[in-house]
Amino acid sequence: MGETALRPPRPAFLAAVTCLSLVAAACAGDGGQDAPQDRGELSGELNVFAAASLTDVFEDLAEEFETRHPGVDVVLNFAGSSELAVQINSGAPADVFAAADTVTMERVVDDLGLDPDPAAGHPEDGTLFATNTLQIAVPPENPAGVQNLGDLSGDGVDTAFCAREVPCGAAATAALEESGTDITPVTYEEDVRAVLTKVELGEVDAGLVYTTDVVAAQDRVEGIGFPEAGTEEAVNEYPIGVLSGAQEPGAARAWVELVLSGTGAAALEEAGFGTP
Amino acid sequence: MTAQHLTIPATPRRSRPRPGRAPWILLLPALAAVAFLVLPFAGLLVSAPWPEMGQRLRDPEVLDALWLSLVTATVATVVSVLFGVPLAWLLARTEFPGRRFVRALVTVPLVIPPVVGGVALLIVLGRNGLLGTHLDAWFGLTVPFTTAAVVMAQVFVAMPFLVISVEGSLRGADRRYEEAAATLGANRATVFTRVTLPMVLPGIGAGAILCWARALGEFGATITFAGNFPGSTQTMPLAVYMAMQRDPEAAIVLSLVLLLVSLAVLVTLREKWMNT
Repeated sequence: MGETALRPPRPAFLAAVTCLSLVAAACAGDGGQDAPQDRGELSGELNVFAAASLTDVFEDLAEEFETRHPGVDVVLNFAGSSELAVQINSGAPADVFAAADTVTMERVVDDLGLDPDPAAGHPEDGTLFATNTLQIAVPPENPAGVQNLGDLSGDGVDTAFCAREVPCGAAATAALEESGTDITPVTYEEDVRAVLTKVELGEVDAGLVYTTDVVAAQDRVEGIGFPEAGTEEAVNEYPIGVLSGAQEPGAARAWVELVLSGTGAAALEEAGFGTP
Repeated sequence: MTAQHLTIPATPRRSRPRPGRAPWILLLPALAAVAFLVLPFAGLLVSAPWPEMGQRLRDPEVLDALWLSLVTATVATVVSVLFGVPLAWLLARTEFPGRRFVRALVTVPLVIPPVVGGVALLIVLGRNGLLGTHLDAWFGLTVPFTTAAVVMAQVFVAMPFLVISVEGSLRGADRRYEEAAATLGANRATVFTRVTLPMVLPGIGAGAILCWARALGEFGATITFAGNFPGSTQTMPLAVYMAMQRDPEAAIVLSLVLLLVSLAVLVTLREKWMNT
């Protein structure tokens, strides 16, 4: 219902967009000095729905954002992309959605829809801002002596994968197809964190997780890169977009710009993400 | 049959007051409660893609999950009765130091998030767990990722329902019958099997049904402790969760299947056992 109500561009809305493009342009130019300019222009509560893997990065960026725009209160909602997509399509009050894969973003694009900004180069199906590749996670000291993907098919090597239904599982399937090895794990976990827990506790000898998860787990697991992780279908691409009907479209655009800026890229890289 | 024991104490009382109309102070909240509990279910019924139902029911993976759920929940209930009824008796009929503390501990699984319960089970019974290490070393047994682990996770979360329900019945039962039996020379075990047990049988039945229903819907502890592998550890709630990731409509159909089957079982049992 909100969708149809907002379709005809209203003057106030257009004004907000124009105004924000200016802010965005300023932000892209130089991080620090533009803050005084938009003080008082952006305010309200910005609801950002983001894939759980973005937790650390977005929490850091939220602090940065609130420093730049003191009037805005950033509220972050982290969960699996699929759950977030269901919540958003059911009318949850989200301004920005950052998904862990393009398929999940499409589900929102097809239903509620995004509010694209062609002038700023943001297409209808969201803007890619990060990539994530798989690594083999093993417990410290690598008890099963895993060196590459092929070792996971060995006898007595228990592995945990994500279920095919979730993005990390789809990526694992693609990487396995590329490698031509046939591996039956002991479990198909519901998400990548669950795989990581099993590895951390030593309940499995290896698990396929994302590089960012290995970084986040610090010394509780060891990460082993493997060439098949670079296969196109195995690389996860993260799209972000302002939702159609966003309560705070101005702040939402500023958030997207921050994520796409140099500051955002640095924070993402530190967490183990790649850039598209 | 058991009803007869219970009707004996109905010693001459004044005749029952006529039922009369339900007072509105009870009726209104009761109706609100029904609406609140039933409306979400009605929502599922309305939005379910019914034509898909037949096809889903022929899907071997769904049938496997359904069968596994029914079997594991039933085994978990039997185990809970065998161990939980004696525990309830101990809590209700004996005095020992720390009884209140034990009673509080028994309810812990009701309070902690099941996922945490699953991690706790891994820490104790996992391959590197406190007990699990020895099981592995001495008997070559590993519990996680097996059907036995599914049952254990279910017992962990569901047995407290049975214990609390049975303990309540024991406390409510008239102790004079037990005392009479004891003065006639019956030892405690005989009193329990011949007098106590028949008196609290309805309480055990109600507790077992709660326990079974909770075990059937168990998700968090199961997926954490037993993992998710079709055929051996993927129960219906896990299958529903996985379907939710890819196709929310399929997830609705699957949960309705589980719901209808469990309703059918409960109604049949009620007819057979309780005659109400």
